Amino acid sequence: MTAPVIEDLLRELTPQVLGALVRRHGQFEGCEDAVQEAVLAATVQWPAQGLPDNPRGWLVTVASRRLIDQIRSDHARRERESATVTEVVPEDVPGTDDTLVLLFLCCHPALTAASQTALTLRAVGGLTTAEIARAFLVPEATMAARISRAKQRIKDAGSSFSLPDGAEREERLRVVLHVLYLIFNEGYTASSGSELHRADLARDAIRLARMVHAQLPEDGEVTGLLALMLLTHARRQARTTAAGDLVPLDEQDRTKWDRGLIDEGIKLVKASLAGPALGPYLLQAAIAATHADAATAGETNWPQVHALYLILERIAPNPMVTLNRAIALAETEGPLAGLALLSTLDSDERMAGHHRLLSVRAHLLEKTGETAAAYEHYRRAAKSTASIAEQRYLESRASRVRTSE
Amino acid sequence: MQFLISLHINPAVLDALTDEEKAAIGAGHGTFIEGLKKSGELITTQALVDPSQAAVVSVRNGQPVVTDGPFLESKEYVGGFYLIDCENKERAIELAAQIPDAAIEGLGVEVRQVMFADGQLEA
Repeated sequence: MTAPVIEDLLRELTPQVLGALVRRHGQFEGCEDAVQEAVLAATVQWPAQGLPDNPRGWLVTVASRRLIDQIRSDHARRERESATVTEVVPEDVPGTDDTLVLLFLCCHPALTAASQTALTLRAVGGLTTAEIARAFLVPEATMAARISRAKQRIKDAGSSFSLPDGAEREERLRVVLHVLYLIFNEGYTASSGSELHRADLARDAIRLARMVHAQLPEDGEVTGLLALMLLTHARRQARTTAAGDLVPLDEQDRTKWDRGLIDEGIKLVKASLAGPALGPYLLQAAIAATHADAATAGETNWPQVHALYLILERIAPNPMVTLNRAIALAETEGPLAGLALLSTLDSDERMAGHHRLLSVRAHLLEKTGETAAAYEHYRRAAKSTASIAEQRYLESRASRVRTSE
Repeated sequence: MQFLISLHINPAVLDALTDEEKAAIGAGHGTFIEGLKKSGELITTQALVDPSQAAVVSVRNGQPVVTDGPFLESKEYVGGFYLIDCENKERAIELAAQIPDAAIEGLGVEVRQVMFADGQLEA
């Protein structure tokens, strides 16, 4: 069995093994450490000695022993007299899926988004601390501290290992989806350093979203988020040139889009749009599906894109949505209409000096033929972004309008 | 998001401080570093030797020319930095405000987001 196959298996088994352990012993934080150690042991032993007959049982047994060792040494530290701890290896309970309960715990509201993300990738995603650290371009010690602090916070908050009810469950699920969205974006917008590791994050986010979707197939937002990820990930080959330069949507070679992912995404969107509630993820997925439906940029159904942004703006008002609607409006009613809508964002503090507002305005000014103003805005946008790839793209647009003068 | 918090030192301002004040700055940095390590936000921090020890290197006609530094003719010099990884710019600013230098007139604490990174972070 090859290393990548073992890696995939370990990532799939991690939340199951952790769930089994926490159900038996409680104390999420100790169990999580023990499972991580068992997974590391498996990474070393399985390729050399072959896969055990029951990999899941093997991990549960090894993790349980680690946990008990840990409890014993804690005991020994606290009270030197002989403490008797009976070694109980939990029963393997196949069929129970604790993925959701674990996700709810990792995305605990007491944690910062960065901690929720790291803990989710480790406890549910089955990544090692070193892998997560590499993906986020920080030292392993930094990531280890962040994860252990996160677990301490969860412990202090006194969380139980169960699914919350009613409104709280709904609210917590939104946090889970947001965390998965952040993980996906982190991989998608890779702009520096080890881009390879970061592209893996997009795949991990999709894998986690699939797990949630398998548990909650009826939830429109879960479906919407999965579809949005698939439809966005489908464009990854066309999104940059071999040299790493960004290619905007209207200039992408659409034959490079992954049809399999697009078909799956569109199918999910269509099935959910008929459902009772339209949420922000589902609407964004519907917009991505509309773009995916067009064989060329010129065939894009802009009136539909604009209508979807209007609904999105109504249910989840946000200046970024208005900004995107301005692009669609410029396509349906001309660049002046788009610019007029953009001017409503000037007084919004969240958008002041934001490179996206500057670059969209530059783009629309270019379309109206105001090349001098377009040049100025492209240059300012290039200075404002923190992404090298975006900066290169904006600088190239600036040079292009200048030479067209 | 990663940020560089650079510490701009004015040697004259530092010299004018009492020993107690200097010790308080040192202790403040120690506490700050401990906090950053615990929260998992510290990537690395380094302090630099006095600017009088700097060498300025240039190449003219293909030959390296080395002169005594510092390069900038300024009252303030970069004395050191913190490289951190935190939630957002607001958090970076909140952290910067915890650095003792920020409370001293004449010392500068500057926050800038990192745009590109490469190389081993582990020593």
